[in-house]
Amino acid sequence: MLATASIVTEKKIITEKEKVIAISHLYKSFGDNKVLVDFNLSLYAGENVVVLGKSGSGKSVLIKCIIGLLEPDNGTIEVFGKNIPDLGHDALDEMRVKVGFLFQSNALYDSMTVRENLEFPLRRHTIKMAQKETDRLVKDALDDVGLAHTIDMMPAELSGGMRKRIALARTLILKPAIILYDEPTTGLDPITGKEIIDLMIEIQKKYNSASLIISHDMNCVRMASDRVIMLIDGKCYAGGTYDELKKLTDPKIKEFFE
Amino acid sequence: MVQTRPWRQFLDEAGDISRFTGRFFSQWFRPRYEVAEFFRQCFIIGYKSLPLVGLTGFIMGLVLTMQLRPSLVSYGVESQLPAMVGIAIVREIGPVIAALIFAGKIGSSIGAELGSMKVTEQIDAMEVSGTNPFKYLVVTRVLASTLMLPILVILADAVSLYGAYLGVNIRGVTSFDLFWQQIFDNLSFGDVVPAFVKSYFFGFAVGIVGCYKGYNSRKGTEGVGRSANSAVVLSSILIFMIDLIAVQITDLLHLN
Repeated sequence: MLATASIVTEKKIITEKEKVIAISHLYKSFGDNKVLVDFNLSLYAGENVVVLGKSGSGKSVLIKCIIGLLEPDNGTIEVFGKNIPDLGHDALDEMRVKVGFLFQSNALYDSMTVRENLEFPLRRHTIKMAQKETDRLVKDALDDVGLAHTIDMMPAELSGGMRKRIALARTLILKPAIILYDEPTTGLDPITGKEIIDLMIEIQKKYNSASLIISHDMNCVRMASDRVIMLIDGKCYAGGTYDELKKLTDPKIKEFFE
Repeated sequence: MVQTRPWRQFLDEAGDISRFTGRFFSQWFRPRYEVAEFFRQCFIIGYKSLPLVGLTGFIMGLVLTMQLRPSLVSYGVESQLPAMVGIAIVREIGPVIAALIFAGKIGSSIGAELGSMKVTEQIDAMEVSGTNPFKYLVVTRVLASTLMLPILVILADAVSLYGAYLGVNIRGVTSFDLFWQQIFDNLSFGDVVPAFVKSYFFGFAVGIVGCYKGYNSRKGTEGVGRSANSAVVLSSILIFMIDLIAVQITDLLHLN
């Protein structure tokens, strides 16, 4: 029953789209704590997939393995056909230009202004860029999130929602083909959370990027997902659309939807 | 078993700091060179520490002179006060006090800054942005503190000697020229150079310990405070240990 729901949704997409992330048989543990056990996942171009799981279920570990911040114990993580654990430092940097990451805590640099925060990935990833071009990209990214007026402000002067938007602008500035969101609505009130979700959907439509969203916020899952993967006991427990999963009677799945 | 646990923790930490130091040496020569960030850190670590190091140096020179005077008067060698104070400041008091003040100000600020960057994922964000955070954050700060402390020590020594001049003249009268002549007549190569050289090691210890504690900070905001605190404690202990080793080496080389 669970497998059928997952396969139907995925087959529809396979016929249309290129696979941008393919994770197979992924294992990760910290000491005796087995966090990911034979985890599998696929993400297709232009698709929004939400990985749903309880706190401490290994969602953030998964996303950090994808971006190369953590090394898996076993298994493969192919991004655009290249296995992340096999990549050297330079190849990994090159890959990270195509993969944006929105951190749960926003991770804005406290000692830099909004402008400097946005310029940082541009200056580090690209060898040389004219100041005029840098200014244009910064302005475009801030316009995308509706916060052009904050350009010379410090992160400490911004509200939680504004900081999230600026972090999103920083993620977008390199125009990544894949965006990884780590708990994008955590710590935000429901209204601001909804605004962020709307913004994510808008950005996905504008840039046709693929998104992998880690969340336990059911509003985020319902609004932002084309497909949902349930991460339970370190495994891909079930997969399908929000409506397909909502109909299932398995108690471990049901408790998320009640 | 319970008795051995602190020793094991101590040895584990010593091993971790050694590995961290090894990583610093393996990375500081490799491109990409973070020149702009290095000069920014020199400004923050060196220039911004100047008022504090200068003020404490001045007070230390003044107080030391006033404390020494009664003893020298009782032995009838009051005229040797500038020479004694000069040697004490240049050889020991200046470098050690400046290094301890430096550890309190810079060691704690590096520990807290990197610790807060660690717990708010800013270090991870840097890595994702195509930056080697170890080179950008650690190598620049350790180099800046290693190179800035000796300069601060020279300045602290100078300011401290001016404090000593004031101290000499509170209860007595010694001309400015005579005061400095007595100091320089009694200072030798073996007094100045070892003190200057050990300042580099003090600066390196403060930088590497502050960075290690901050970079490995855990347990959220509580961990940030703990990193800052333990950076000061550990670097202060290391300053005294380096001082102890330095005096043995200068003694062996007959520089005393």
